[in-house]
Amino acid sequence: MKLESKVPGGPLEHKWTKHLGDIKLVNPSNKRKYEIIVVGGGLAGASAAASLAELGYRVKCIVYHDTARRAHSVAAQGGINAAKNYQNDGDSVFRLFYDTIKGGDYRAREANVYRLAQVSVKIIDQCVAQGVPFAREYGGLLANRSFGGAQVSRTFYARGQTGQQLLLGAYSALIRMVGAGAVQMLTHEEMMDVVVIGGHAKGVICRNLITGEISRHVGDAVVLATGGYGNVFNLSTYGRLSNATAIWRAYKRGACFANPCFTQIHPTCIPVSGDYQSKLTLMSESLRNDGRIWVPKKAEDRLKRPGDIPEDARDYYLERMYPAYGNLAPRDISSRAAKKVCDEGRGVGESGLGVYLDFSDAIRRLGESAVRERYGNLFDIYKEITDEDAYRNPMRIFPAVHYTMGGLWVDYNLMSSIPGLFVLGEANFSDHGANRLGASALMQGLADGYFVIPFTIGDYLAGVKPGTRPKAEAPEFEQAETAVRHTVQRLLSSKGRQPVSHFHKRLGKILWDCCGMARNAGHLKKGLQEIPALREEFWSNVQVPGDGGTLNQSLERAHRVADFLELGELMCRDALERDESCGCHFREEHVDAEGECDRNDEQYAHVAAWEYAGEGKPPILNKEPLQYEFVKMVKRNYK
Amino acid sequence: MKVTLKVWRQKGPGTPGEFKTYPTPDLNPNMSFLEMLDVVNDDLTAKGEEPIAFAHDCREGICGTCSLVINGKPHGPHRSVATCQTYMRSFRDGDVIVVEPFRAKPFPVIKDLVTDRTAFDRIMAAGGFISVRTGSAPDANSIPVSKECADRAMDAAACIGCGACVAACKNASAMLFVSAKVSQFSLLPQGQPERYRRVLAMVGTMDEEGFGNCTVTGSCEAVCPKGISLDFITRMNREYLSAMLHAAVGRETAGKDGGAG
Amino acid sequence: MKPLQLLFQSSIGKKVIMGATGALLFLFVIGHLVGNLQIFLPKERINAYGHLLHANVGLLWCVRLGLLAIVGLHVWSAVTLNAQNKSARPEVYAGAQGPYGASWASRYMFMTGLVIAAFVVYHLLHFTLQAPAVNLLPANHEAKDFTQLVVTSGPQQGYRDVHRMLVAGFQQPLVTLFYLVAIGLLCIHLSHGSQAMFQSLGVQEGVWRRRLDAGSKVLAGLIFAGYAIIPLAVFLRLVQ
Repeated sequence: MKLESKVPGGPLEHKWTKHLGDIKLVNPSNKRKYEIIVVGGGLAGASAAASLAELGYRVKCIVYHDTARRAHSVAAQGGINAAKNYQNDGDSVFRLFYDTIKGGDYRAREANVYRLAQVSVKIIDQCVAQGVPFAREYGGLLANRSFGGAQVSRTFYARGQTGQQLLLGAYSALIRMVGAGAVQMLTHEEMMDVVVIGGHAKGVICRNLITGEISRHVGDAVVLATGGYGNVFNLSTYGRLSNATAIWRAYKRGACFANPCFTQIHPTCIPVSGDYQSKLTLMSESLRNDGRIWVPKKAEDRLKRPGDIPEDARDYYLERMYPAYGNLAPRDISSRAAKKVCDEGRGVGESGLGVYLDFSDAIRRLGESAVRERYGNLFDIYKEITDEDAYRNPMRIFPAVHYTMGGLWVDYNLMSSIPGLFVLGEANFSDHGANRLGASALMQGLADGYFVIPFTIGDYLAGVKPGTRPKAEAPEFEQAETAVRHTVQRLLSSKGRQPVSHFHKRLGKILWDCCGMARNAGHLKKGLQEIPALREEFWSNVQVPGDGGTLNQSLERAHRVADFLELGELMCRDALERDESCGCHFREEHVDAEGECDRNDEQYAHVAAWEYAGEGKPPILNKEPLQYEFVKMVKRNYK
Repeated sequence: MKVTLKVWRQKGPGTPGEFKTYPTPDLNPNMSFLEMLDVVNDDLTAKGEEPIAFAHDCREGICGTCSLVINGKPHGPHRSVATCQTYMRSFRDGDVIVVEPFRAKPFPVIKDLVTDRTAFDRIMAAGGFISVRTGSAPDANSIPVSKECADRAMDAAACIGCGACVAACKNASAMLFVSAKVSQFSLLPQGQPERYRRVLAMVGTMDEEGFGNCTVTGSCEAVCPKGISLDFITRMNREYLSAMLHAAVGRETAGKDGGAG
Repeated sequence: MKPLQLLFQSSIGKKVIMGATGALLFLFVIGHLVGNLQIFLPKERINAYGHLLHANVGLLWCVRLGLLAIVGLHVWSAVTLNAQNKSARPEVYAGAQGPYGASWASRYMFMTGLVIAAFVVYHLLHFTLQAPAVNLLPANHEAKDFTQLVVTSGPQQGYRDVHRMLVAGFQQPLVTLFYLVAIGLLCIHLSHGSQAMFQSLGVQEGVWRRRLDAGSKVLAGLIFAGYAIIPLAVFLRLVQ
């Protein structure tokens, strides 16, 4: 398959404007003749559905929750970046662009990232107008903070609940259009397949999670905004329901899956406490602004009470290794450093998988009440989960799977390799390259939904004759629905002995060990053997109780885990194929003298877009070369 | 530790339900309440029984999906904490724990412990927004908002829409939820143009959905996982009174669909 | 929608009616108490007060009808709101629903209201309509019923002798007991009702919630003391 990025020519700062002038428009009176199916109601989905409906398109928005406002965008804590330069500290569109490209270790498309930085300023305007209560200064103007590896204060925030507030903003725009009858909202519906007719996406098949009813939805274009696939690891900071089913089924219908192995591991999460655990909880990265991260210098001190370890026996390893950025070093680097010190046997806590995040200096400097004011709610969460008081003792943290930079391949218009199928937000392979900077996910989701798709989808629809939508009775719909029914039946009739959770846990363990924070060819090859074997065992030994005609959460999860079992294999394959270290993808074979990522731009400055080749056949690797015209690819250095 | 669960089991909407008793396997006190249910469900699956359906997603207290009435209290024993962040160490070995769905006529049971809370979305669709078309916003700093107002609006906006307020209220009133939404917008300058239209439309839909009335018992505030204050109900009442007076002098009128524009 | 429709049909509108009528009734309760406390002054004073109230028949009936309308609206809003509340919440929790911070008064407003309504009816029959069946006068009492207790001399001659009527009424243990219980419930009703009224009328926020809450309780306590002291004083023969 030939992947055309469709990036417009010309100078970087004019590409988007020029493109807006060049793309085709849909006549306003024709817009209502097009039906657009938006799957997902998080930041990207809700903002897209609302904006498209405002333009006059008929929109159907499909979510598996009871309401769009539950989407996991809600859980983002820290903030959203925008190149407003309200702080007069030297920020600019170019600087945000450059930081993002560099943070992504030069594995993202220049033009996309520049556009993201450009529209970032409009996102803040939009959200404020919607009534998002961002933090303010006494003068009534917006406050900013520095966040996750940025040296300027460009992050806008609403306490520790920025994601929730932005989502409620996008949801309010969506629900307004629902009230006006412009968006048809379908809740408790899980997308099970994309229907492709004549090479174009023309609809989806859904399963109602409450009634089990399987339905066909016909559209002129399909927009997937279904989030990331980090739950493939079982334990992650994702919501328990987050899944890859929508994008995975699209992949199997011909959409290329790009960079599946790029997984962000967030450095500040609460460590795993036991085998029963279902979820890892993130402690906002903002804690790193005032907390200092350390482990004991000597492994034998690791079980001592932290207060009993004197200052000179502590290793503030981030400050030592990266003096310029210190505790604010980017996520991939901080996570890897934590893994390194734990591998050396210096990890704290019973499991040895933890490092201290210590606020005693901050409390001494600012006073407990100031620390409480800034981080009180996070300290409360920590106390609730661990039963420990972080004002008296340092927190224990450990990295956890948090975001997937990989996803369905899209061109500059956010269209996948299936014409008519658009992919937004975390679900696409995105603008973050091999590592995402803090406060950039919210920015990307909203940029895609509010300010990119409303224009670019018109370019596609202008070429689709109005009223040419196929009928729901078309054979392709029939075939897709039958396949879904077949899978449901197969799962329900499986007479195995193990619950779905059993397989999910084992898959997660395999992936964490071979495709987690550090990877090597040996482990990846092992993973590539173990995962297909586990998949086979799943289909012969899974037990899915209940029936398909009422709410059946085991069945829901079985579908999702079945897809994860295939996706996990592709991740290992991609990680094995990318024989370099870059960003989050740390191949132990490729480290420089200082133990850092050794990138190989000659051979791997490309997007690896995997194409499904059919059941039992190895997928085909397509490469979209990444050309850097405007920035020089240099070594990331945070020292 | 081990506990005994008395759980509400109900096949579907409209079918009768009943309590069933399940002894749990050995538990770790550091498990969350939902992780305990996961373990019980795996145990039930192994026995060939259908697992207990319960709503959950983020498991970090922000998405508002989890519900459950634990020993008669929505979201369990602690104040300002959602069910998903309730841990088994809050119970004692050998306890009998009664687990029920949220009970309110506008929240019909879907299955077991899962209820349908889409009534909230219909209230939101009536007016829970500021009408601003994508792309039409002025520069963010062109609308100064005092820090006090922004902070207060954030207090209201913290609502996660879980419905515990309705579940706790002896009248199944949705006033805390609706007032949080109304207050967030009424506190901000951006919300002023639709101020009266919004409160009339949202309260109108709230009534149509069959929620009860506020008798100021304060139960809602006591169980709210985000500690939303009763003060917002006062504010909404005031907004509503102002809207009625405006309607009386003919300045602003709104019908059932008044907010949808 | 028309403003009156909003007032009478919406939940908040009905609460406003309830709060506003409650506020007026609250004022009436205070006024009534101040008048009644004149029992502790020379007996001509309370009789003069009774005379004043009854002298202008037109005004008397205006006030009576006004009060009746206020009570009517208060009861109507209570009954319709209560019916909605019951229908919104048909089931109770098996896990013993706790009050979670809700006061006893707030949970039983409708019940206390019903008892108070019954008491008001009794109270009207007792002293206003002077129905012989409810005055419970002992057989050896000087008067057969309250209608015979009239002022025999002075400017109020021929009018009802309020002082003697109160004394005769409250010397009966059952009557006094019922009054004390009813007044107790009334004050419990008021202690929550007054703060709920501020809530419904939208004037109770932040520090004012705590102040009005405390103020409501103190005021209800004072009202209880004021009302209870009258039958008690009579019953203990401190007022003859």
